[in-house]
Amino acid sequence: MGMSGAGPQSDLFEEMAMPLFDQLYNFAHWLTQNRDEAEDLVQETYTKALKGFSSFQLGTNFRAWMYRILRNTFLTSRTGLKATSTIPLDSEEDGPERAVENDTPETILMKNSNSQLVQSAIADLPVHFREILLLCEVEEMSYQEIAETLSIPIGTVMSRLSRARKILRDSLRPQFQRTS
Amino acid sequence: MVCEAWKTKLGTYLDGELPDEEMRAFDAHVRSCPSCAADALTRVQMKRAIHVAGTRFTPSAEFRRRIQQSIAAKPQRNFQLGWMLASVAVLGIILAVVGVTSSYRILSGREQASRDQALRDQAFGEIADLHVATLASSSPVDVISTDRHTVKPWFQGKIPFAFNLPELQNSEFSLLGGRMTYLDQTPGAQLIYDVRKHHISVFIFQELKLPASLRENTLSPKKLPFNMETWSQGGLRYFVIGDAGMADIDSLAKLFKAAA
Repeated sequence: MGMSGAGPQSDLFEEMAMPLFDQLYNFAHWLTQNRDEAEDLVQETYTKALKGFSSFQLGTNFRAWMYRILRNTFLTSRTGLKATSTIPLDSEEDGPERAVENDTPETILMKNSNSQLVQSAIADLPVHFREILLLCEVEEMSYQEIAETLSIPIGTVMSRLSRARKILRDSLRPQFQRTS
Repeated sequence: MVCEAWKTKLGTYLDGELPDEEMRAFDAHVRSCPSCAADALTRVQMKRAIHVAGTRFTPSAEFRRRIQQSIAAKPQRNFQLGWMLASVAVLGIILAVVGVTSSYRILSGREQASRDQALRDQAFGEIADLHVATLASSSPVDVISTDRHTVKPWFQGKIPFAFNLPELQNSEFSLLGGRMTYLDQTPGAQLIYDVRKHHISVFIFQELKLPASLRENTLSPKKLPFNMETWSQGGLRYFVIGDAGMADIDSLAKLFKAAA
C-alpha cells in the first residue's frame, strides 16, 4: 500500500511520527509476532495516520493517537481477529494482587537474568494482556495514555494490567524454577 | 492500613499512578516496612526485566527509508482539497478587497455547502465500504449466532458502550451475527441481518466520538449504492445499510429504535 503526502502537512506529520517509528515497529512485531506482518501493519498505520492527519487535533496526545491507529488496524487484520476471537477476555475483575513470596519469579530472575524466558512468556500472553503490559512497561505510558490508546476506562486499565502481571508471573514461576 | 492492603496497590504505586497523597503515604510506609520494601524491590526488578525483554524488535534501515520516502511521496487528495479550499479563501479575500463582497458571500456559501456535502458523502461512503468489506470477507462475522442473547454479551469488554438488540419474532429479519468494527478510529458494533437473501448491516457507534460529518440524519441517497438510514438515540449513532429495499431498511431501523 502506498502513502502519499507533500507540503507542510506531511512535513509536520513526518516530524511528529518518525520519532515513534522504532517503538511502533517493536509494538507491531509483538502484536503480530511476525516480521513481514509487522512491516505491513506499520506501513498501514502510517498510511492511515497521514491520511487522517488533518483530523488530528494538535495539542492532543499524538503518541496515543498513533498507537490507537496501529492497534485498531491490527484488531481488524486477519491475525488480529484470530488472536482476539480465540481467546476470550474474561471478566476484568480480578482478586487483589498477590503478595510477593520468598521464592518468586522476580527473585529467581535476579539469580538467572534470563531475558529469553521473559520474552517467551510475554509472547505467550493473550493479546489483550500482552499489549497493555508492553504499553505500560516498555512504552512507559501513563494509565491515561493507555486508556486513550485502548479506548477503555482507567479502571479497566488497572485491572487488566494487574491481571496481565499476574498471568506473566504465574507463567514464569515454573520456568524459572526449572532453570534455578 | 495493614500490609496486605498496601500490597494490593503495589503495582499502581510503582507505576506512579496513585493520587499524590496516597503516594506520599505509600513512600512513608515502604520506608518503615521491610516486607513491603522487599516486595517493591522485586517488583521493580520484574518491571525492568519486562522493559528489557520487551524492547526486542528493531526495524530494518530499508524499511525505515521506505516509510520516510512514502510520507513525502506525491500530493494527496485530502491535501489537494485543503489547498483548493485555501485557494478559494484567498480568492474570497481578493474579491473582498475589490469590494465584491456580495458575490463573495454567495460563492463562499456555495463552496461551504459543497464542501459539507462532499464530507458527508465521503463519511457515508465509508459506512458503505465497511458493509461491502464485511460481506466480501471470508469470515464476515466474529460471533456467529442467530440468538441476540449470545451476540449482545459477546461485545461486552470489546466496545466501550452497551446496546440492545431487537426481538425478531414475527419479522422477516434474521440475525446472522456480529463483529467489531472501527470508523474514524472509533470502535463500534456491526450486526449482520438477512432478509429475503439480502444482507443488511447495522452499525452502532458512540455519537460524540464520531466526526461531525457522520452525525447527520440527512442522507444523499443518489450518491450511495445502498439504501441507508441513520439516527441518533441514547447517545449512540445507528446506521442501517444494505441492498434491501428502503422499506426493509426502515422496518429494521424501527425495530432497533423500539428496542433502544
